[in-house]
Amino acid sequence: MSGVVADLPIAAAPRRTFDPSSAIFVVISAALGGLVLLPLFWLARYSLSDGAGHFTLANFRELVSDTSLRKPAIVSITMALGVGALSAAIATPLAWLVARTDLPGRALIRALITASFVTPPFLGAIAWEILAAPNSGLINQAYRSLFDLPPFVVLVDIYTLEGLIFAISCYTFPLVFTLLANAFERVPGDLEDASAILGAGQATTLRRITWPLVMPALIAGTLVAVLQALTMFGSPAILALPAGFHVITTKIWSLFQFPPKPGLAAAAAFPLLFISVLLIWIQRRILGRRGYVIMGGKSGVPRIARLGWWRWPAFAFVMLVLALTVILPYAALLKTAFTKNVSEALTWSNLTLHNFHFVFFEFSATQLAIRNTLFLGITSATVGTLIGLLVAYLVQRRVIPGVWLLGVIATIPVAIPGIVLGVGMFLSYSTAPFMLYGTLWILLIAFVTIEMPAAYQQLSTSISTMNPELEEASRILGANRMTTIRRITAPLLRTSVVATWCLIFIGSIRELSATIMLTTADTKLVSVIIYDLNESGDLGAISVLGITLLIVSFAVVLIANRLPLLGGRQRLPLS
Amino acid sequence: MGTGHTSKEEVMRAISAIVAALSIVACLTSPGVAASPTPYTATPELVSAALKEAKVVWYTSTDVAVSEKLSALFEAKYPGIKVQVERAGAERVFQRINQEYGSNIHAVDVIETSDAVNFVLFKRQGWLLPAVPDDVAKFWPAEAKDADGQYAAYRAHLSVIAYNSKYIKAADAPKSHADLLDPKWRGLIVKAHPGYSGTIVTDTYALSQALGWSYFEKLGQQKIMQVQSSTEPPKKLALGERPVMADGNEYNIFILKESGTPVEPVYATDGNAVVIGNAAILKDAPHPNAAKLLYAFMFTKEAQQANSDVGGLRSFRPDVKEKEGRVPLAKIKLLYSDPAKLEPMIEELKKKYEEYFGT
Repeated sequence: MSGVVADLPIAAAPRRTFDPSSAIFVVISAALGGLVLLPLFWLARYSLSDGAGHFTLANFRELVSDTSLRKPAIVSITMALGVGALSAAIATPLAWLVARTDLPGRALIRALITASFVTPPFLGAIAWEILAAPNSGLINQAYRSLFDLPPFVVLVDIYTLEGLIFAISCYTFPLVFTLLANAFERVPGDLEDASAILGAGQATTLRRITWPLVMPALIAGTLVAVLQALTMFGSPAILALPAGFHVITTKIWSLFQFPPKPGLAAAAAFPLLFISVLLIWIQRRILGRRGYVIMGGKSGVPRIARLGWWRWPAFAFVMLVLALTVILPYAALLKTAFTKNVSEALTWSNLTLHNFHFVFFEFSATQLAIRNTLFLGITSATVGTLIGLLVAYLVQRRVIPGVWLLGVIATIPVAIPGIVLGVGMFLSYSTAPFMLYGTLWILLIAFVTIEMPAAYQQLSTSISTMNPELEEASRILGANRMTTIRRITAPLLRTSVVATWCLIFIGSIRELSATIMLTTADTKLVSVIIYDLNESGDLGAISVLGITLLIVSFAVVLIANRLPLLGGRQRLPLS
Repeated sequence: MGTGHTSKEEVMRAISAIVAALSIVACLTSPGVAASPTPYTATPELVSAALKEAKVVWYTSTDVAVSEKLSALFEAKYPGIKVQVERAGAERVFQRINQEYGSNIHAVDVIETSDAVNFVLFKRQGWLLPAVPDDVAKFWPAEAKDADGQYAAYRAHLSVIAYNSKYIKAADAPKSHADLLDPKWRGLIVKAHPGYSGTIVTDTYALSQALGWSYFEKLGQQKIMQVQSSTEPPKKLALGERPVMADGNEYNIFILKESGTPVEPVYATDGNAVVIGNAAILKDAPHPNAAKLLYAFMFTKEAQQANSDVGGLRSFRPDVKEKEGRVPLAKIKLLYSDPAKLEPMIEELKKKYEEYFGT
């Protein structure tokens, strides 16, 4: 590694000082490569050996022949496709309405959709249990009392495959929505004008021009939703068990029950890994073709469609979506937190602070879990952002030949489902020489690894929009690359750095699939105690913890946005 | 279910019946002649040594509100020592300790689960510290504790059928497990899972022996709601989510009923599984003195009476008085299970369960 940069001749300055970026490159490559590949190596090794450590294919044979393993795989795929379809069906009209029409309150609608993204899916699933359990569910109760029906008449049942698909979609559609809303905004207005001038009506233009242009974003977003659903652990663990079926992630988890079968669990992780890689590959191919959307370039602002009379049904649709994904679930959690028995009516006599007292003064796990969650959220976000920033910078500026490889390594974890990573990391770090199980570090590594692809992607995009001339000027004036990054690049990137930091922080709070494999008594997180409390049906305590978790994470995100880091609060122009 | 006052004789008779069952276990699990260690008490020396450790970690499968109550009593009695309660279903506690010990992590001081098989295995692994609190030596019948002094029965409870009396009249309620197979209960039953709950492992084994596996095969057709811990079905009953529970903790039903929730236990005419919750100190406990102190405390009159009053648990201590209105064990048809016989069957039991119930 020479450290000499090809595209910046000025870097070969007379002072041939050591450029720290090449050392950092080597260290980061080795560290990232190790982090990503070690769990996969152990997973492969366990899946191919028997109890005594001899080579065997028995685990894979059992995987294929045992119906109790095959069935969850089919259920998982059905569920994931259902989530993809439903998320797309909700997100598409919503994205168009918010991005391209004169619907009232669009900014607020966007903010509320973000709120549903911040909600951990397992918390959403529990909220939906409170709302739509067949008999005690608040919606079913309201339905019965409204139509004066006898007990046990059911309107909606969340403990079904359909219910599970719905409950997951509530918290995955924002992903599709965001991608799609951005795509709608990027559709060049002059193409649509041309269509209108040539005599096409609004509907025809939408169908013939706009729609084909946003299609790649829709498919890509839908695939992300499918992938999320496929690899999700919390919501199925909460809703599928009462319904009497397993999905692949809960099945893998159950293989660790006594007598544990780590070999079979490792083998069962591979089909999940394979499907994820396949989905990512398809998504990349589709996104790769997106080029022609951008080709239109900066050809004017997108045209806003006037809804006229239609704004009211449209507004009703948006309100319905927001009610189902944000308003009702939070109202249900609030009601549960403040009542003795959630299925009873909200009256003064039923009102209590008992759940708060229990969580904050009696339940011994609370304080430790909140401390751990905050510590891990903040450190993962900081470490993850730093590594992501360095990798994105090194790759985008092609500092060293072969550096693209680093980008590939940073992207690999996107295809590794949380539970697969959890099993792999447990197998890697629970024996010498890397004995990390039982410490917070293993969770830190897990969170950084899981969030790395998104962090890298986001920072990489921002760096690519930044003109290198500013950095070159700094180098000409004698600063080395590290100083330049600190003094020039970082302040310019502040907005996306803070956004990435928040993304990782929220991600670490939402995470349960890998966490559940890696946590111990001393390394409890709020997500884990919520899951444990759900096991014994303590809904009041869960609601209090869930609301606390949300308030704390919103506060952290707000503070992060206001800290005078990296050159202050003001947003700097990017080029 | 008001049956008036429970005479001490009745309780003692029932306890001796449980004890008789336990003795089989004790014989099978004690490898030879190793004598029980000298009983100990909470001496001032032990207390001051425990105070220096300032903390004790307790893995338990007792309902979280009940175990936190016990830890609050302990903390009030010994200010300066914090109890960290780690509550999960017995099978998850067992899974957790296996994962941790497999990685040489010794985080737990005192362990207590509702699956008696767990302790057969812990003892065989050599993980337990022989230690006999004075109370156990004095009051616990020889058969309710390990012959080598490695563990003792901290609590007992039943797994019972129960119903919500707001929806079901006593006359219409199921009287036996066989009654649960009536089509009229289809879609109305909640039950816990042996993959999570030690109580349900014990219950599933006892019922499969008493009624045959065909009972579960038919119950699996009743569109039951499956939950995890045996503490949960009573809570679903209280919510009105399902009006009948096929299995679950008797003590949670007591707690709910005595706080005014309309739930009633059913002592099935075809038998009710007795579940023994053992406790022990780990040999590699990180806080050995605090562990001994908590362990001794768990068997005191104070703790056992609180377990009975607040937690609805049955106690082996003869001087613990049960609340009025609780049906004495002597009047209930009890089903005992032998952990030594259950142990080799666990894998098959879980496989059959998944076949009949889907999870």
